[in-house]
Amino acid sequence: MTARARLPGKGWGHWAQVVATHAVLLAYAAVALFPVVLVVINSFKSRRAIFGSPYDLPNAETFSLVGYQTVFSGARFDLYFLNSLIVTGVSLAAVLLFASMAAHALAEYRFRGNALLGLYLAVGIMIPIRLGTVSILRMMVALGLTDTLWSLILVYTAQGLPLAVFILTAFMRQVPGDLKDAARIDGASEYRIYRLILPLVRPALGTVAVFTMIPIWNDLWFPLVLASGERTKTVILGAQIFLGQYVNDWNAVLASLTLAMVPIIVLYVIFSRQLIRGLTQGAVK
Amino acid sequence: MNKRKPFPWHVVVFLAPATIVYTAFMIFPLLDSLRFSTFAPGPDRTFTFVGLANYQRLTSDPNWAPFLWNAIKNNFLFFAVHMLVQNPLGLLLAALLSSQITRFKALFRTVLFLPTVLSVVLIGFIWRLILSPIWGISGDFLGLFGLEHLNRPWLGLESTALVTLSLVSVWQWVGIPMLLFLAALVGIPDELIEAARVDGANAWRVFWGIRFPLILPTVGIVGVLTFVGNFNAFDLIYTTQRATAGPNYATDILGTFFFRTFFGMQLQAANPTMGATIAGIMFLIILAGVLLYLFAYQMRLQRIEL
Repeated sequence: MTARARLPGKGWGHWAQVVATHAVLLAYAAVALFPVVLVVINSFKSRRAIFGSPYDLPNAETFSLVGYQTVFSGARFDLYFLNSLIVTGVSLAAVLLFASMAAHALAEYRFRGNALLGLYLAVGIMIPIRLGTVSILRMMVALGLTDTLWSLILVYTAQGLPLAVFILTAFMRQVPGDLKDAARIDGASEYRIYRLILPLVRPALGTVAVFTMIPIWNDLWFPLVLASGERTKTVILGAQIFLGQYVNDWNAVLASLTLAMVPIIVLYVIFSRQLIRGLTQGAVK
Repeated sequence: MNKRKPFPWHVVVFLAPATIVYTAFMIFPLLDSLRFSTFAPGPDRTFTFVGLANYQRLTSDPNWAPFLWNAIKNNFLFFAVHMLVQNPLGLLLAALLSSQITRFKALFRTVLFLPTVLSVVLIGFIWRLILSPIWGISGDFLGLFGLEHLNRPWLGLESTALVTLSLVSVWQWVGIPMLLFLAALVGIPDELIEAARVDGANAWRVFWGIRFPLILPTVGIVGVLTFVGNFNAFDLIYTTQRATAGPNYATDILGTFFFRTFFGMQLQAANPTMGATIAGIMFLIILAGVLLYLFAYQMRLQRIEL
């Protein structure tokens, strides 16, 4: 309605444009959602119904939780989930702390090699850490860290730092200098000033947190190479192995896919506004 | 007290943790891996320096070269599909989402970005199910258009598997270019577009004549991000086709070739030095792409701005 009010007398051409725009968006939204919805609804059906009527919602006759029973008896997803939480949580905390400290130093202090160090820390944005896997594996073997969560935490912290330092430095440069000078006159130490600045860049920290968290949670490569033991499997590696073993048990496959997806989708729907705002802000920079 | 300014220890304290972890677990392994690619296993689990012999073997030995060139060729095809489908589709969706006439923008954005936050492993399995001839979903879909006879076991044929997987990857990642383009389009001042409208330009002309040239820097960034991401890809192929990247290596890309070589699999022993050599080739390809972007694309843009 506002569209018509703003652009009076546009007539049929305008309305055709409105309809076409929304038709394309709706069609692509359906393409984006269809596979996910199909998996979720079929995970609650009996095997016969999965193949007989894949597009119907489960009803009293076709409803079945047999897939979920197989998943819970066949794999320790509670343990995998905890591993993923620990790895993602600790790496994320380390990235946010270390990157904000480094960004504060790069943004605030003039010292020789400042620009060069900034450039050095930014190289990792473009060169994927995976290419160093052979040496990372040898190092972890030498340190006795294979099949520990520490190996993943160290690698993911290193992986998250370059982009985090880059984004946070840009934001910290915008914090007005007067504020810091006033604090210095009041006798605040340099460490106190860092803690004073942190809350001011909270939106940027949120953006960085999202950028850092999603690839860590979703990664398959490093858990596969560094920590594939039963005790240290992450959710994604656990799902990958479980799905490979139960590939012909459609109920179990659909149930495990749903279990692995739904927590992420729920979190995403809750935080999508902040996430997308963060991503678009980061892009404007 | 000393009159001289004290050494700024706090700067060191602030910089040390990030610099040390980054250097130890990212830069050092990258350089060490390049160094390791100039060694070959010798007697008694030692390694001897062989110069660039591994690179020569990889590019010309009949046991290695066909795999390398096959993986590089497939990887470029994988990249081409992303450039031709993912990025134009992302641009189209961003243009529609940034239009004044579009309603429910936040809802559309959330839905269209959803696949991007899911793990590649889950996406791979979901699409394996959907494309499976046993379930028959792809046949039903083609049936909607009366094209059921065109249905194929898309992931099982050498001729279709790679393009199919590229499109699955596009389906997952289109959200990234969409949001980057959207951010750039929203950043264009309204006055510029209004001025063109007043001059009688239609939406199509306004887009290609004004908005698109203004977001060219983002086009470059999207291009280079796609390049780096594609030449580093692994998870989707590994999940759907296993490490052997079947059928008959038709979906083998550098990431899967690298993994198979350094990690080994049932019938193939792990070969860390050749693995490091493949990583070295990937490093050179990615570096070439990034440098090409930095020098050619950015310099040209700067000249236009001047």
